[in-house]
Amino acid sequence: MIEGIVVNTLVKGGVYALLALGFSLIFGVARVLQLSHTAFYMLAAYGIFYFAEQLGLAPVWSITASIIITTGIGLLTYKLFIDRVREHHATVMLITLALAIVFQEIMLIVFTGQYRSAPAFVTGYWSILGVKVSYQNLLILGGVLIVLGIIWVLLSKTRLGIAIRATAQDTEIANLMGINVSTILLAVMGIATALAAVAGVLVAPTLVLEPHMLWSPFVMVMAIITLGGLGSVKGSVVGAFILAFVEVLVVYLLPTGAFLKLAVALLVMVVVLIFRPEGLFGVVFEEERL
Amino acid sequence: MLSRFFRDFQGDVIAIPGRLIALVFFVLLFLIPAFTQQPYILRTLIFANMFVIFAVSWDFISGYTGQINFGHALFFGVAAYTSAMLNRGAPLGPHWPIWASIPVGALAATAAGVLMCLPALRLRGPYLALVTLAFPLILLGVIFANTQFTGGELGISGLDRISDSKMADYYISVLIMIVSVFIMWKLTDAKSGLVRTGIILHAIREDEIAARASGINTIRYKLFAFIVGGFFAGIAGGLYAHFMRIAGPSTLELTLSFQAIIWTVFGGIVSIYGPVVGVYILYPLMEFLRVVPEYRMLIFAGIVVVILLFMPEGIAVWIRDKMERECPRCKLTNVWWRRTCRACSASLY
Repeated sequence: MIEGIVVNTLVKGGVYALLALGFSLIFGVARVLQLSHTAFYMLAAYGIFYFAEQLGLAPVWSITASIIITTGIGLLTYKLFIDRVREHHATVMLITLALAIVFQEIMLIVFTGQYRSAPAFVTGYWSILGVKVSYQNLLILGGVLIVLGIIWVLLSKTRLGIAIRATAQDTEIANLMGINVSTILLAVMGIATALAAVAGVLVAPTLVLEPHMLWSPFVMVMAIITLGGLGSVKGSVVGAFILAFVEVLVVYLLPTGAFLKLAVALLVMVVVLIFRPEGLFGVVFEEERL
Repeated sequence: MLSRFFRDFQGDVIAIPGRLIALVFFVLLFLIPAFTQQPYILRTLIFANMFVIFAVSWDFISGYTGQINFGHALFFGVAAYTSAMLNRGAPLGPHWPIWASIPVGALAATAAGVLMCLPALRLRGPYLALVTLAFPLILLGVIFANTQFTGGELGISGLDRISDSKMADYYISVLIMIVSVFIMWKLTDAKSGLVRTGIILHAIREDEIAARASGINTIRYKLFAFIVGGFFAGIAGGLYAHFMRIAGPSTLELTLSFQAIIWTVFGGIVSIYGPVVGVYILYPLMEFLRVVPEYRMLIFAGIVVVILLFMPEGIAVWIRDKMERECPRCKLTNVWWRRTCRACSASLY
């Protein structure tokens, strides 16, 4: 049982971390809640189903195609819809929510509401210390670690990363220093969508695919970034593993766990926030403090 | 006395296009049963009336305190379940009649509003928004885990009807809707000479720190917003439970919370009449789209996206800004075709 909890926590936490990281990046830089974020996760998972199952492409090609197409859709969405109303925060929230519904309905029309499954990229399992871990789960974990590493290097070492962090700290000053803010926002949207796409691609073979699948990580991602501290990269990763652990633990230990897992995870978030109102790693900006 | 009332009416209602339209609209609502008595149309309008109360109360909490509330269904659901449990009675105490169970349900929702406000006193901005998301979902988990009291997936059914006929239901819902909307509008009217809350809530929304510096206890007014908003959302929830004659988990779901946001932002946030317009456009539209069931949600979401791209502040606010012009000198509202202010004759250009 303990090994099950550990493996599930790592796999779930990794996927949540990728999703929360992208959401948190967009919020940190553009200060908007981009509610269609998990819709891209759903689109990428359906991409795998289409390319690998229906067209029969090799895993490598279907993964590449799915991530590139999803990221393209994300950038297009930003340019066409979000960029024009960026100043009105409530409107951005609502437009992205409506877009999530649009994507879900389009998938429902194209692929119907039937439950689908994508073929596994690799089969078999590996036993360490008598614990069977499927290669698929190892692939997810490895993929998550590599992507997190790339993001860390990107944000801390490259010129683009420094520009992104400067924009997150103070948009106007960054603009005055010669950073093209709208390009940075577009880049962030691209990175965030790509992260959601990677998450969707990695878990696609382990999930039942249906167009409403975007709502189950939706609430969790919100809870994770709130727990970790809005706009904090470290916070979203740590928060993801904490809440994934809580969720898995509740499912394993309580008889009615499947109903209560979300409730307990959210309760943990509320309790943490009562003691630390800015989340675990959140930064309180002087002007925003009361 | 009567002539003064008439003069006030002329100056404060007839001369302002937005209010004139509102008056005509409310009168029309009373006349609708004279034209058609189809149960389907009446039923749609009854639901629209309940959701108007619900959406306006969302605007009252979120628009005016600037705290986007993602969990507004909490009030609706708490009130629906409370009045359902009181009304059904059987295993837990006496049977409560409908005129008692709905107000008590609304009071329970008010209590939920106070509870939800406890973290709100420490949290700000998006943190609060995301925490409010948690409450109805936590309650939903509890309801699914304790099926013997709550009925789980099936909910609590077999409640009393509001009245015996559709017509009476309709008039009751219209009356309660108009009274609730009017109270909430008055409480947030910045130009009101009667209550001060309107101007204070506007001040908090514009600049909370400046409001505090001016000696306003902003926490008390936020609590006030949550209490009033929670109460009216609770009224809507109780009415809904008795009209449907069932209180189920759908009254707590995320979809319902988001519906309130969609209606309000579509109509125009921070305006009270915005959500009224939003519900009366979007709810019947959603019913009408049942002719194309597969494309229903797609068309709905598409319309919301397109309208908001061109009118980012909402459709009602956009129309109001086209119709009304504020006098730069005396701040009185004028019709768009006037070149000079109707009171002080200052140029409006």
